[in-house]
Amino acid sequence: MDGRCKMKIAVCMKQVPAASEGNMDKETGMLIRTGLEAIVNIYDLAALESALRMKEQYGGEIHVFTMGPEKAEAVLREAFGMGADEGYLICGKEFAGADVLATSYTLMQALKSVGDFDLILCGRQTTDGDTAQVGGALAKWLEIPNMNWVKQIELAEEGGIEVLYAMEGREVKAHLTLPCLISVERECFVPRLPSLKLKIRGKKKEIYRITIQEMEDQEVEHYGLKGSATRVKKIFPPVRTARREAVYLEKKEAARYIYKILEPYIQEEA
Amino acid sequence: MRQTDITKWSGILVYLECYKGKIHKVSLEMIAEAVRLAETSREEVYVLGIGAEMEKVQEELIGYPIKTAYLYEAKDEYTPLLYEEITVSAIRKLLPSIVLIGGTYEGRALAPRLAVAFETGLTADCTTLEIEAEGKLVQTRPAFGGNVMASIVTDVCRPQFATVRPGIMQPMEKKQEYTPHVICEKVEGKPDNVQILETIMSKVEEDITNQDILVVAGRGVKKKEDLDMLRELSELMGGKLASSRALVEKGWMSPKEQIGLSGHTVSPSLMITCGVSGTVQFMAGMKHTKNIIAINTDEQARIFEIAHYPVCGDLYEIVPEMIELLKSRKGDEGSAT
Repeated sequence: MDGRCKMKIAVCMKQVPAASEGNMDKETGMLIRTGLEAIVNIYDLAALESALRMKEQYGGEIHVFTMGPEKAEAVLREAFGMGADEGYLICGKEFAGADVLATSYTLMQALKSVGDFDLILCGRQTTDGDTAQVGGALAKWLEIPNMNWVKQIELAEEGGIEVLYAMEGREVKAHLTLPCLISVERECFVPRLPSLKLKIRGKKKEIYRITIQEMEDQEVEHYGLKGSATRVKKIFPPVRTARREAVYLEKKEAARYIYKILEPYIQEEA
Repeated sequence: MRQTDITKWSGILVYLECYKGKIHKVSLEMIAEAVRLAETSREEVYVLGIGAEMEKVQEELIGYPIKTAYLYEAKDEYTPLLYEEITVSAIRKLLPSIVLIGGTYEGRALAPRLAVAFETGLTADCTTLEIEAEGKLVQTRPAFGGNVMASIVTDVCRPQFATVRPGIMQPMEKKQEYTPHVICEKVEGKPDNVQILETIMSKVEEDITNQDILVVAGRGVKKKEDLDMLRELSELMGGKLASSRALVEKGWMSPKEQIGLSGHTVSPSLMITCGVSGTVQFMAGMKHTKNIIAINTDEQARIFEIAHYPVCGDLYEIVPEMIELLKSRKGDEGSAT
């Protein structure tokens, strides 16, 4: 990297259901998926924020990728509003039902169809799939190094970046050769609000669609459910165990009831 | 469809997370789980560790019914290229059917790279593991945000990679009669695309995992400011405030304060949950707590299934009363001295 040059940054973002809990039918144990608002995975907004900060400091261009149905276009519009340069929607029925392996493979194919990137940024996890594994898998498909839960990113000499990340009981500062993939810690990259000007401009911006036709590997068996190594054998509500009868007490009574239980524990403290 | 001849693969390999000659507790928990699984499937248990002080690791392994321990003397700090290379080549030689990896910072960085290297399945953060016919691993984890369980299998690819978070599986007693066969190898560092510049050991700070008393805030908390009340309650009790995932996603609480499968596993002597509904993913992180007092307005709340003292009521009414009680108690003590 020669100083302030055109660093090409890719950011992977995903649309997820707004509620992450509390949307199961209590009688049947079935998921209630209708009527759920779709939002951008909050952790991915931090990834975009980190990309914007890199661009502001060092220059470059930001390409946002999202995989999902047509309505996932909303993710890209939101990214434009924050300052992303280009947006790509990876869509097609071949891609549905993908596990970690197939999702990361699809992302790799999509990224490669656009070009080579110096830096790929991801959120630490999604709020729906919750595996925190797609980033690392994508890095391996691309044969580039990756580090997770990064708190700081700085451009270093000789075509690399310096990052600070958490490990067990310690923090580590490391130099990574570009290209590489980073997943960022949300707390350290609080996303900016979209600007009205960018939002309006973003509405007219072209969104590039990436279908299997744009990809180097057009073998449908490698994508989606068919390309997945894992299979969901069954989905079931957690086993309900016998519950203790809840106590119903007036507020002062309730407080006293609880106080009695905790008294022995806090006396040890005192 | 990706596939491999699954009959060639057998045995359970546990990836040992080693640092400064010490094995991470999640790795020991997984050895215990592997031993349990191997009893059903009549397979062998193997371990693989990479780090700087492997003689200490070797000593720590005495007492576990492990067939072979593959220990690699190399740089202590994880780097993707080196750790992946060592692990991949060891797996290619051993051909284990199952590989268990801790859901730690290191494990979550390494596991997806390995799964892609073998073009096979990876199931993250499993809470239950079982073995079926033909050595098929049934990996169960909360799905769709944590209110439903999914059992996941890897049909035609091997190895079957699974990660498990610390504190989920139960450790086992060591027995002196077991001494694993050890194969130790020194690995020279090659030019790497990641260079470690500095390691900063974290201060051992008071966090939610080493507390005796915890107050837990859940979705029932309506405003960020209302957390002050719960924090005051926790402090009056000599404990700390923790949170379910909902409030962390809102940005009101820090991930450091989060209990659950995607947060921390805790087992304090006493816990008061306030407005926590009790998703599976939350309860996986606190079910070993000795005394759970749960305050919730919904009598159907799941948390009441594991709470020792379920209290159906409004935290906004009960907590201020408790704060009063605790303050007056402190006052009494003050006047007595």
